[in-house]
Amino acid sequence: MTSAVPPTTSTDTASPSGTPGAVRRPTGTRFTRVLGVATLVGMIWLVVFGLFLSPNDATQKAGVRILYIHVPSAWLAYLAFGVTGLSSLAYMIKRTRSLTWDRIAGASAEVGVLFMGITLVSGSLWGRISWGIFWTWDSRLTTTAFLFVTYIGYLAVRNLGGTHQQRAKRSAIIALLAVLEVPLVHFSVKWWRPLHQNESVAEGKLSGLMLFSLFVGIIAFTLLYVWLVLHRQRVLAMEDALDDQGLDVALAERRAEGAQV
Amino acid sequence: MSTWRIARLIAAKDLRIELRSRVVTNQVLPFAALVMVMFAFALDNDNVLTRVAPGLVWLATLFSMLVLVQRAFAVENADGALDALQVAGVRPGGIFLGKALALGAQLAVLEIVLLLMAVVLYQAQVAASGAILLIITFVAATTGLAFVGTLYGGLAAGAKGRETLLPLLMLPVVAPVLIGATRATEAAFGTNGATSSEGWPWIGLLTLFAVLFGVGGTLAFGSLIDE
Amino acid sequence: MAPVVHLEGVVAVMGGFPVLAGADLHVERGEILLLRGPNGAGKTSLLRLCAGLLPVERGIAQVLGCDIAADRTAVRNRVGLLGHSNGLYADLSVSDNVAFWGATVGASGDDVAASLERMGLSGRLAKVPISRLSAGQRRRTALACLVARRAELWLLDEPHAGLDAAGRDDLDATLRDASAAGATVMVASHELERAGALASRVVEVVGGQVRG
Repeated sequence: MTSAVPPTTSTDTASPSGTPGAVRRPTGTRFTRVLGVATLVGMIWLVVFGLFLSPNDATQKAGVRILYIHVPSAWLAYLAFGVTGLSSLAYMIKRTRSLTWDRIAGASAEVGVLFMGITLVSGSLWGRISWGIFWTWDSRLTTTAFLFVTYIGYLAVRNLGGTHQQRAKRSAIIALLAVLEVPLVHFSVKWWRPLHQNESVAEGKLSGLMLFSLFVGIIAFTLLYVWLVLHRQRVLAMEDALDDQGLDVALAERRAEGAQV
Repeated sequence: MSTWRIARLIAAKDLRIELRSRVVTNQVLPFAALVMVMFAFALDNDNVLTRVAPGLVWLATLFSMLVLVQRAFAVENADGALDALQVAGVRPGGIFLGKALALGAQLAVLEIVLLLMAVVLYQAQVAASGAILLIITFVAATTGLAFVGTLYGGLAAGAKGRETLLPLLMLPVVAPVLIGATRATEAAFGTNGATSSEGWPWIGLLTLFAVLFGVGGTLAFGSLIDE
Repeated sequence: MAPVVHLEGVVAVMGGFPVLAGADLHVERGEILLLRGPNGAGKTSLLRLCAGLLPVERGIAQVLGCDIAADRTAVRNRVGLLGHSNGLYADLSVSDNVAFWGATVGASGDDVAASLERMGLSGRLAKVPISRLSAGQRRRTALACLVARRAELWLLDEPHAGLDAAGRDDLDATLRDASAAGATVMVASHELERAGALASRVVEVVGGQVRG
C-alpha cells in the first residue's frame, strides 16, 4: 500500500517504513486519490438525486429525503461492525495475525461510530417528521443504539494502554464478544416490540427514482467508508510506528542511565 | 488438575471469603433492598409498581451485580492474588468457571431476597402455575449474568482506573437478559394477562445467552486477564 | 545441562517505558543468584519477566527450556514468585491460604502442614485471618505458600523486607534447602551481607540491563 511519494522538506515525523524520520509521508496514495475522487463524484450524484431529481413522496413529502442519508448510514454502521468483527477474527487466528488487522478494526470502529450516530440522529428526525415521534423501540433503531454504545465501549478498551499486541488482543476479544451479543440484542428487542405497521408500509412504498437515489446513496457512502478507513488505518500505523520510535529513544536514555553508574 | 476441580477450588475459596467477610450480606443486600425502596419513591403508584415489579427486580439485580463483580475482583487484586494464580499455572478457564460459580451463588441469594421484597413491597403475586417457569427463568438468567459479569469483571479488574469501564461494557451486553428475564417473569407472575406459555420462548433465549457466554468466557478469560 | 534462565538482549516495556533495556542473563540449575542494584533498575521487572508475567518486547528469553517470548504461559506452575505483594486473601486464615495455594498444585494436607510448620505458622496462628497479622507474619505466610508450591525456579523480590531476625534466618534456611533439593533461586535484595552470604553468584542490575 505504499507508493513513491517524493520526500518533502525534512521534519521529525515518523514514516511507516520505520526509517528514522526525515520524510513527511502523507497517507495518500494513487489508489486513495482515485477513490477519493470517486467518492466525491458519488456524493455529488447523491445530492443531485437526493435533493433535486427524485420526487417527493406522496405522504411524507420532502421528509422522505432524509432516508437517503439514514438508510446508507445504517448500512454503513453494520458494514463497519462486520469489518471490525472480521478483522478482529483475522487477528486472533495465529496464521493471519498482524497488527494491520487490529488497526483496520480500530479504524472501522471509529468510522462506524460516526455513522451510527448519523443513523440515530437522521432516523430520529425522520420519525419526527413522518409520525411526530423522535424515537420508537423497534428492533432496528434499538439495536443500532446498542451497537453505538457497544462501540463506544470498544473504543474505550482500545485506549487502555499497554503494548500494541496487548491492545490488539484485548480489543479483538471485546469485538468478537460484541458480534455474539448484538444478534442477541436484536432478537430480544424484536420479540419484545414487533415492528410497527406504519413503518414497514412506509418503506415499502419507495419505487423508481426514489429507490435509485437510495442505491446511489448506499454506493456513495460505501466509497466514503472505504476511503475514511484506509486513511485512518494508515494514520494509526504511523502512530504505532511513532510509539516504536519513541521506544528506541527511551531505550537509549535508559541505557545511558546505566552507563553513568 | 482438571478444569472442573480448579473451578470448584476457586468457587469454594470465593464463597469462604464471603462467609468470613460477609460483604454481600452486610453491604450488597441492603443496597439492593434500598434500590427497591427507591423505585417505590420514584414511581409512586401502587398499580404501576405491581405491574412493573418483575422489571424492577431484574433492574435491582443488575445494579447490585456491578457491586458484586467489583468485589469479586477486588479480592483478587488487593494483594496480587490474580497474578499469583496465573504464575501458579492455574488454568484460566477454571478460574473463570470457579468465579462465575461463586458469583452465580451470590446472585441467586440476592434474587431470592429481591423477589421476596417485590412480593412484600409491590404486592406482586406469583401464580402457582407459574412457579416452575419462575424457577427456570431465574436459573437461566443467573447463569448468563454470572458468566458475563466474571468475563467483563476480569477485564475491568486489569489495572487501576479501569473499574469505571465495567458498567459501560457490561450493561449493554446483559440487555437481552434483562428483556428476556423480565418477560418470562411477567409470564410467571401473570402480570398484564401474560400466560405461562408466553414465557418459554424467552427461556430459550436466556439459555442460548448463557451457553454462548459460558463457552466464550471460558475461552477468552485467559487472554483478558493476561497483561 | 540446559540453563534454567537464558536471556539475550531482552527488552520489556511497561506503560511505554522500557523497564528492561537489553538484559542478558544466564543462570544454571541449582544456583542461588543475588540481584543487586538501585531502585528502579529493573530487578522487579526481571523477576516478573522470568515468571511469565511481563511480555517480552524484544530479544531472546528462555526459562526452564520454554520460549517465553513466544508463549508466556508455558513456564507457569514450574515457577514460584514472591513479589512485592503477597498474593494472599485478606479475609481467609493462614492455613486457608496455604491450603488453597497448595491445592492449586495438588499438594497434600501433609505438605501444607509441613510448610506451615517450617515457617513457624502452625498452632494458634494458623487460624488467624491475614488481615489481622503483621506485615512480617504475612510475608511468612506468603513464603509458606511458595514452599508448598515446590517450584523449580524460585523468584523472590526483596523477601527479607518486613521479616524479623528469626524470620530472616528461616528464610535463608528455606532457600538453602530449596537449592539443595535442586531448585534454582533468584533473589533481588538490598540485604547485601545476608544475601551475599547466601548466594553463589551476584549480578548488578542497572538501567534495565544486567552486569556481572
